[in-house]
Amino acid sequence: MTGASQRSAEIAIVAPGPFATVQDLGRPGLAHLGITRSGAADRHSLLLANRLVGNLTGAAAIEVTYGGLIVRFTHPGMIAVTGAPCPLELSGREIGMYAPVDVQAGALLRVGAPARGVRTYLGIRGGVDVPAVLGSRSRDTLAGIGPEPLVAGTRLPLGGEMSDPPTVDLAPHARYVDEPELRVLAGPRTDWFTADALRTLWAKAYEVTTDSDRVGVRLRGPAMRRRTTAELPSEAVVAGGIQIPPSGQPVIFLADHPVTGGYPVLGVVATEDLPLAAQCRPGQLLRFRPARRLVNGLPTR
Amino acid sequence: MRILPCGDEALLVEVANLQEVEDLYVRLRRDTPPGVTDLVPAARTVLVAFDPTTTGPARLRAQLHEVSPGPAGRGSRPTGAPAPGTPGRDTPASPPAAVTGGDGSRAAADAIVTAAEDAPSTVIIPVRYDGPDLVDLARLTGLTPAQIIRRHMRGPHRVAFCGFAPGFAYIAGLDAGLRVPRRDSPRTRVPAGAVAIADEFTGVYPRASPGGWHLIGRTDLTVFDLTRDPPALLAPGTPVRFVAVGAASVRT
Repeated sequence: MTGASQRSAEIAIVAPGPFATVQDLGRPGLAHLGITRSGAADRHSLLLANRLVGNLTGAAAIEVTYGGLIVRFTHPGMIAVTGAPCPLELSGREIGMYAPVDVQAGALLRVGAPARGVRTYLGIRGGVDVPAVLGSRSRDTLAGIGPEPLVAGTRLPLGGEMSDPPTVDLAPHARYVDEPELRVLAGPRTDWFTADALRTLWAKAYEVTTDSDRVGVRLRGPAMRRRTTAELPSEAVVAGGIQIPPSGQPVIFLADHPVTGGYPVLGVVATEDLPLAAQCRPGQLLRFRPARRLVNGLPTR
Repeated sequence: MRILPCGDEALLVEVANLQEVEDLYVRLRRDTPPGVTDLVPAARTVLVAFDPTTTGPARLRAQLHEVSPGPAGRGSRPTGAPAPGTPGRDTPASPPAAVTGGDGSRAAADAIVTAAEDAPSTVIIPVRYDGPDLVDLARLTGLTPAQIIRRHMRGPHRVAFCGFAPGFAYIAGLDAGLRVPRRDSPRTRVPAGAVAIADEFTGVYPRASPGGWHLIGRTDLTVFDLTRDPPALLAPGTPVRFVAVGAASVRT
């Protein structure tokens, strides 16, 4: 074992589950070059995982989609699992979510399937230290930039992106509800739609479809109708933007959204509610409601 | 100029045309209001993203109206972004080493990139004009392939904005006679380096991808490289010149 201890700490992916990537807070400030921000789809959960293990906010973690991740630790360390709640087993012993947990060298972590939500975050003290691409360790699934999605056998080195050891034992976490409400700010292209478009958006629940991914949550429900048949010149879009393609069925853009889009955006989901959108699973219903006003730039109910 | 709401962390500024977008973008890059985190130009808009803990939409709207492009400001084009195609702005490296391929091209490209962000130097794109859509385009435009090629090389061209894919630049300044809508059925795979046109733009596909533009040629120039800083050779505002190379170049 002396050989192993001389090597720097790393973890080995035994099984990635349906889909798992390395994510941090993404690469902001490059959109004018056609490069989207990317980063964790549910930023709240990434930040929480890092806080629980005493990492710097920009440390990279593993974003696990629908559970199924199995990881072996070569060195002692500390982890915290946040986001979509999954059964967790550490070397055969059940452990809890939203709490820092000490890990022994050789330990095996099994992340089961989540009962609710889509994305679970494995934060590890020190952060995942794969080479950064354009300042970020995030995988942009649309552009194919950043570390490859994890496969069985992937070894991930751990870094030193940490501060003081954590002092928190457990973070309270709101339960994921069956029919979440997302607050929406109207615009920028509300005037491209018929006058009743926003009323339609608020009126009924929308169902999340199976072709949802890190690029966007695709929905099925009452269609929004355009007032004009003109073609929208390409314009920049933002995460949370609710784009209405010709079908009238909305798409909520998530972290890996294209930098520009050619269909009008009816409204934008409040930044604070985007993590909720990222945790909606196919078949689930969600609702939109207007964000009333802005206080310090943030929408309130 | 219209300032449209775009969520709680951005405003979308809409102006009349591409030229006003470029003017506004240059001004905002030079005099960026405090708290602005990202500026993204497009065909008729500039997205202004901000940090809501530092600034707010009301303050930002007021600041944006101050930099609003208008007839009064037209004469004072910032010196940091000279009119595209101004004589003497071409890099000394032209005709570029890129024409010959090999290591020399990378060195030349790096030299161009270093200067691109602040005082953009012209990027020269060597093109083999042998694209599969030249014949279709001849039918659509009423021009011969040789005329299309000559008009495509006619400038001045400059990058209006990027989008679609990392490093994909919408290059403005396309000859009016070459403006045709994109293809009815997009190709599922356009090769990297394909030089194409659609509407009022021309562009170079940074890597293989689906695409609906008309393909008129190919270049060996690497327009997007993750190991380069900045990775995109063609940033908004960059002047561009297309030059014909190779056996299938212009027949005059």
